[in-house]
Amino acid sequence: MPKPHLQCQYHILPHKNGCLELQLSGDWVIGNNLPSMNDVQTQLDQDPATTHIKISSTELGMWDSRLVSFILILTKSLNDKKIAFDISGLPSGTKSLLKLATAVPERTGVRKTRQQKSFLEILGSGAINTISETKAILSFIGEIWLSFFRFIQGKARFRYQDFWLVIQECGPNALPIVTLISLLIGLILAFIGAIQLQLFGADIYVANLVAIGMTREMGAMMTAIIMAGRTGAAFAAKLGTMQVNEEINALNTMGIAALDFLVLPRILALVLMMPLLTIYSNIIGILGGMWVAVTMLDISLIEYYLQTKQSITLVDCATGIIKSLVFGLLIAGIGCMSGLKCGRSSAAVGEATTTAVVRSIVSIVVADSIFTILFQSLGI
Amino acid sequence: MTTEAHIIVNDLTMAYGDFIIQQGLNFTVNKEDIFILMGASGCGKSTLLRHLVGLKSPAKGSVFYQDIDFWRASEQEKSLIMRRNGILYQSGALWSAMTLAENIALPLGEYTNLGKAEIQELASLKLALVGLSGFENYYPSEISGGMQKRAGLARAIALDPEILFFDEPSAGLDPISAKLLDDLILELRDSLGATLVIVTHELASIFAIGNNSVFLDPESKTMIASGDPKLLLKECDDSRVRQFLTRGKNK
Repeated sequence: MPKPHLQCQYHILPHKNGCLELQLSGDWVIGNNLPSMNDVQTQLDQDPATTHIKISSTELGMWDSRLVSFILILTKSLNDKKIAFDISGLPSGTKSLLKLATAVPERTGVRKTRQQKSFLEILGSGAINTISETKAILSFIGEIWLSFFRFIQGKARFRYQDFWLVIQECGPNALPIVTLISLLIGLILAFIGAIQLQLFGADIYVANLVAIGMTREMGAMMTAIIMAGRTGAAFAAKLGTMQVNEEINALNTMGIAALDFLVLPRILALVLMMPLLTIYSNIIGILGGMWVAVTMLDISLIEYYLQTKQSITLVDCATGIIKSLVFGLLIAGIGCMSGLKCGRSSAAVGEATTTAVVRSIVSIVVADSIFTILFQSLGI
Repeated sequence: MTTEAHIIVNDLTMAYGDFIIQQGLNFTVNKEDIFILMGASGCGKSTLLRHLVGLKSPAKGSVFYQDIDFWRASEQEKSLIMRRNGILYQSGALWSAMTLAENIALPLGEYTNLGKAEIQELASLKLALVGLSGFENYYPSEISGGMQKRAGLARAIALDPEILFFDEPSAGLDPISAKLLDDLILELRDSLGATLVIVTHELASIFAIGNNSVFLDPESKTMIASGDPKLLLKECDDSRVRQFLTRGKNK
């Protein structure tokens, strides 16, 4: 059992010639309640003639950095009042720690003050950030185009091995989760439709609902959201880690453009894979709807198949595929850009990944609504 | 030995935004120098290196490679200069998705028209030069930190560069590995005839290999000494330089 600490306190003994003696007693350790410094202050107020204070520690028990910090703060406030402070009575260990703490004077201008920013300031800096952010995005888009033209001319350098790896990663490896989600989306659409359509006895139109819902909207959209969380985040994390590890610098100083070498194969791979995944997702979603229709609504497989075939046109499929191309571009571009702009710390990689996912999903939904309005007004 | 200038730094100011790191830097790196950038931690040595190798553009002033002003040169000239530089990064910075042999083969494949087999042979040679033969098919994560540095060196010398830059080569190495790396650097200099620019604050290395240097001071934000470190130790009057070079013994 450790001994309980003795209460720590100090007594102030007034001496002649404007001298005060500060007598420390008890254990001045972390975990013990330290006396307040106010007593010294009160004593000084009563005795304005005090010119110096000396400290004695004959009664002092244990001590640790609590004592040192107490003395340090007291020294500062006494210095401000121009009262001499004699610490020769302290244990020698305390004195050397104090000497160490005061050896290097505080550098002027290094202390950071946390200021409460005014509303206008926040608004202003927000606006400035938005402008520079927009510039960065625009220049990134420009650079990707340049890189793409270099690729067409056969000048862009990347390893096809990398390209196939990314294809593998964002194509076949994504199939299981795309299957699961698309099947469930198909089921959900069919359920919602079935309940409403049964009211009118128009059960068979579940097939139309699912087919059009999947091909025009949900197939591309859900695949994009899955890929944003899966592949976009992976791109950001991979490039971010390479940035932290100076691998991107190593590429640049070797005269190999990181954009050609790392970004271009990723964008190409995802833009190629997204339409394929979307078509796959459409088929699986329709199968999910068929499952509900056959088991719950007494519609036969053939009926459902024929109704589906009748309800969708090639244009419906094409709108979904066009969307998916754009989504793929957005996800890969945003993922790679977040990774390349990553700071040089492990926390920055996490931030880059989060930014990539959030921005991709927001831009997917925004792009999708633009498309929907556009197609609507064009009558497609 | 020739004393032809290789890199000339002219009134260079380095800054991150408004925050000035160093200003008024003027020095010349001669051909076949082993040039040391030294100074206390945080004085901007690594930042200076980033300016020299073309990763960060200066706030003011210029960096000349022989008679070409690097930061005002065309993209083509820039990449030509950068191609002749080899850089060993502090952490090695090997491309983690590639094996050691692939790491070295990449620049060779980019800049030469050698066949696959020849590139393989050259990669093996470079690895053998740094004492890593047999490790061709290892990934960077499978070898130790000291080996990663040596592999990084092998990649830096892949294209037989004219100038080799080292960012704290011995940081994080034990004294024996550090000594071996120093010896290796010296041997490579002698056999390749390259100019070496080294960022370090390892005193043993500074005196063992350096024959020219600049000393950056974080307080006054400029260089306060330059020349052969051994001569600086003997002759320099500035107390900050003396303290640094004697580990604070001569106050």
